[in-house]
Amino acid sequence: MSAALDIRSLSVRYGRTDVVRDVSIRVARGESYALVGESGSGKSTILRAVVGMVPDWRGEIEVDGAPRSALGQGAFAQHCQMVFQDPYASLHPRRTVDATLSEPLRIHGIGNRDAQVIEMMRSVGLDPRYRFRFPHQLSGGQRQRVAIARALMLDPKLLLLDEPTSALDVSVQAEILNLLVRLRAERGLTYVLVTHALPVVSFLCDRLGVLHKGQLVEETGVAALHDGAFRAPYARELYQASLGAGDRVRDAG
Amino acid sequence: MGAVRDWLTDDAPASRLQAQAGRAWSIARAFGRNPLAMLGAVIIGALIVVAIFAPWLSPHSPVGQDLGSRLLPPSAEHWLGTDELGRDILSRILHGARITLLIVVMVALISAPLGLIIGAVAGYFGGWVDRVLMALTDVFLSLPKLIMALAFVAALGAGLQNAIIAIAVTAWPAYARIARAETLTFRNSEFIAAVRLQGASHLRVIVVHVIPLCMSSTIIRVTLDMAGIILTAAGLGFLGLGAQPPLPEWGAMISRGRSFILDQWWVATMPGFAIIIVSLGFCFLGDGLRDVLDPKQREGR
Repeated sequence: MSAALDIRSLSVRYGRTDVVRDVSIRVARGESYALVGESGSGKSTILRAVVGMVPDWRGEIEVDGAPRSALGQGAFAQHCQMVFQDPYASLHPRRTVDATLSEPLRIHGIGNRDAQVIEMMRSVGLDPRYRFRFPHQLSGGQRQRVAIARALMLDPKLLLLDEPTSALDVSVQAEILNLLVRLRAERGLTYVLVTHALPVVSFLCDRLGVLHKGQLVEETGVAALHDGAFRAPYARELYQASLGAGDRVRDAG
Repeated sequence: MGAVRDWLTDDAPASRLQAQAGRAWSIARAFGRNPLAMLGAVIIGALIVVAIFAPWLSPHSPVGQDLGSRLLPPSAEHWLGTDELGRDILSRILHGARITLLIVVMVALISAPLGLIIGAVAGYFGGWVDRVLMALTDVFLSLPKLIMALAFVAALGAGLQNAIIAIAVTAWPAYARIARAETLTFRNSEFIAAVRLQGASHLRVIVVHVIPLCMSSTIIRVTLDMAGIILTAAGLGFLGLGAQPPLPEWGAMISRGRSFILDQWWVATMPGFAIIIVSLGFCFLGDGLRDVLDPKQREGR
């Protein structure tokens, strides 16, 4: 069975700096995989390379067994979508929730848009009353629900999550995480999550990869987060550093 | 009335129509609170009404000559006096409103979309597309407006249509610059990336997502430029290169009145007043629209 996402020896350059060096990741269908690392470790860049937002990359990226380059933009959109970190920047400021959610259906010529938009709003926990609101009339959590709904409109199987909760209040973070867990179970989604918050990983993911300076230093099951059984010294360091922060999130959530 | 207001201000509109009506309502309310903007809207509204109903409003024919009553001062019979061929100046000004409105609307319809598209394409694609388009824009921008328009009219021949084309050709670079600057602020933003990720073509991104965001600043700029467009048209008319006699174009009327300006001041002054009032009206309207449409200024209220 082919993997949902198969990245082989991916390298990305921004100008003269190597941001990602020779990273290989294989994510099975239905799995939830986390990429962790500190800022600047290249974790977001990997997601951006997968969706084609980074022009200068080398290596191979396969989605659902098909090379990235073989999938046209339209076909790729139906396989894989992304949820961005900042819900304030990822929604068009002049389009209502309705316009944002029906846009992917319009692009792909899918009919019955009104019913689908309302159904999707319900399924991400948004009251259909908000359908004709603008982003500036919504709270951060509601915006992120809209962003998640937008990513799911085309019913993709692979969802890339770029720090989906880090721009939100702690209490709202918990709601969004619960929503992501429920959606994954309901729709059989595959997640690739980028984050620096290890508690989020242990809540949402099965497996994680630790990135350090653009290289994958360790790949392990999520159980390692409970006993701290990391081999790579950098991964142990990251784990130790997160212990304090983890307790805070668990108390609040 | 109360029910309609409740329907308009409902914070959870039930339909697309209601949402749009509610938005228009809040913009109109904000606009109504600004007295200068309202004055501008009234002036422009009056201009439009006059242009539509000119034949019914004017007491005399705009072109009918009466050499027996040449250069009469303002009186009960001729409110604004008569010109050197005995034509009623009030009637000519009222009919001239049609020409002014035609020039303004046509120039806006030609130059604003042109500038908007060129600017949005340049800003969105960047790279060499941007460099080529902006070099072209700079060439047009560096030439003085009236001189450019003169050159175009000289090449195409005098006349109203050619004056409109000439002014439109000189007016678009400003809108291209604005649209490009606006586009650059969000071309790398995540909501554009998200739309691309959903499979939208470049054309769709530009037309559906980029251009609407540049729209309000362009509308504001066009409205503020209207005064300049009217003045350029009047300048061309004054030089005899715009509307040709006997069309009652305001600039051409001033030009004819120049010969009598010392003894029969009203011949040149009355169309001058018309130009000033309409230009002011567009300026007030543009300022008011900026306050209402600019989301950055509206958010704070």
